[in-house]
Amino acid sequence: MPSWLAARRVQETRSDAPACRGVALRGVVTVQPVPETLLRTPLHSRHVAAGARLVPFAGWEMPVQYEGVIPEHRAVRSDCGVFDVSHMGELHVEGPRAHDLLQSLLSNDLDRIDDGEAQYTLLTNERGGIVDDLIAYRISAHHYLLVVNAGNREAAYDWIKEREVRGSEVRDASEEYALLAVQGPQALERLGLPEAKPFTHGMGELGGVEVMVNRTGYTGEPGCELMCTAEDAEALWDWVLERGAVPCGLGARDTLRLEVCFPLHGSDITPETDALSAGLGWVCALDKDFTGAEELRRIRATGPERKLVAFVLEEKAIPRQGMPISGGGEVTSGTHSPMLDRGIGMGYVPVAMADPGADLTIDVRGKERAATVVPKPIYKRQENA
Amino acid sequence: MAASEDYPEGLKYHAEHDWARIDGDEAVLGITWFAQDALGELVHFEAPEPGSTVAKGVSYGEVESVKAVSDVIAPLSGEILDVNAKVVDAPETVNEDPYGEGWLIRIRLSDPAEVDALLDPDAYKQVLADS
Repeated sequence: MPSWLAARRVQETRSDAPACRGVALRGVVTVQPVPETLLRTPLHSRHVAAGARLVPFAGWEMPVQYEGVIPEHRAVRSDCGVFDVSHMGELHVEGPRAHDLLQSLLSNDLDRIDDGEAQYTLLTNERGGIVDDLIAYRISAHHYLLVVNAGNREAAYDWIKEREVRGSEVRDASEEYALLAVQGPQALERLGLPEAKPFTHGMGELGGVEVMVNRTGYTGEPGCELMCTAEDAEALWDWVLERGAVPCGLGARDTLRLEVCFPLHGSDITPETDALSAGLGWVCALDKDFTGAEELRRIRATGPERKLVAFVLEEKAIPRQGMPISGGGEVTSGTHSPMLDRGIGMGYVPVAMADPGADLTIDVRGKERAATVVPKPIYKRQENA
Repeated sequence: MAASEDYPEGLKYHAEHDWARIDGDEAVLGITWFAQDALGELVHFEAPEPGSTVAKGVSYGEVESVKAVSDVIAPLSGEILDVNAKVVDAPETVNEDPYGEGWLIRIRLSDPAEVDALLDPDAYKQVLADS
């Protein structure tokens, strides 16, 4: 293991960002001043130089798009795109009891993965609600790396810190690293990486930069997430672009993940939504004990009252977060699908309305719009098409 | 392909980022280059019905990109004669040609004197510079 993957502290990099343009949802185009406390990733100057549109996101100043959400989305579905996701948090959990600590806090069963493997899992509260969804990378039995959502970095860290046991320690190393998600059917070939099973990881050197190569992502496409030191970020970014990856912003990241029904924490899943209603029972090992397991077992026994479903619009309209669904539901994520060229979304509905084929009526700013529940994912990649 | 920034002479502008091309007692309305650029590629135009009326300063429809929704504010009052079906079918037409093929509606003016209060290109550019 390289030294940079072990312990080190750096100071926070706070920006003195000038105001940047944004668009107000609902209403006229306005100029939004960017708060001066926004954090910047080590690639900030690259984004500015590339003409990216920067917006505040979870306390960070992040590129929402370069050329445009739709061309960036299509690049990832057809070839290869790269996202700066350095805003995400990296927590090291180390020590002889690191495994036991995480087994008691995370919903999935860590005994199912070995060194060099990774697992999608949930940090749950006593009610079975979701503090964060994350990927746990097993480096060794005594060392896990957790990649957590930017907006939950402190909450996840605090949650684990408060529950540390002797022989385990959590450390927030987020500021030390950059993380680049390189995604798309040509991503691995363009990077010259061999095929590897999804949810594995290993160390490597790309473009002269030492990287942790994680076979994970948030787009539904093959690819990897490359972690390196903050100092190496620009060199790695430049090298990935030289290999033909299209720079992509958070706008395309959101449309890509929603087409394949990956939940977004804070929207589709929250500390108030339980994992089973969210359709995440497959990452809950209810045969082990972890925070909230008892409540989740109770929900499983009685059945959830509502479920997070995927739907497509049957009319020209775009669903948005917070729109009511007739019969007691609500849209939690909505957008225009660039691949299907129609409105798509996810939302919670009563179980009676949750089966694929069920008709939904969504209140789109006062107009009733017809939608249909569809199986997840909404968009499925054509194999060998 | 997105158009380049332009605020043509011969059009009248409204500070809410709309333009009007006046032709006698009729006008063609649309959104400015700045508005379409700020929104990004349009994916939906929630259009009004022909025959309905629009009132100056009031929203007559919505344009949506992947990430944003914006009201479209009428720069002038009148009756809607025509809605651009091409934009309803292919909203990205607005990004490609905001002052030509990407027009939104055509109206018959109910109060032609309202035109006097609209901005010429230089005054609109000043609005942008001040914002």
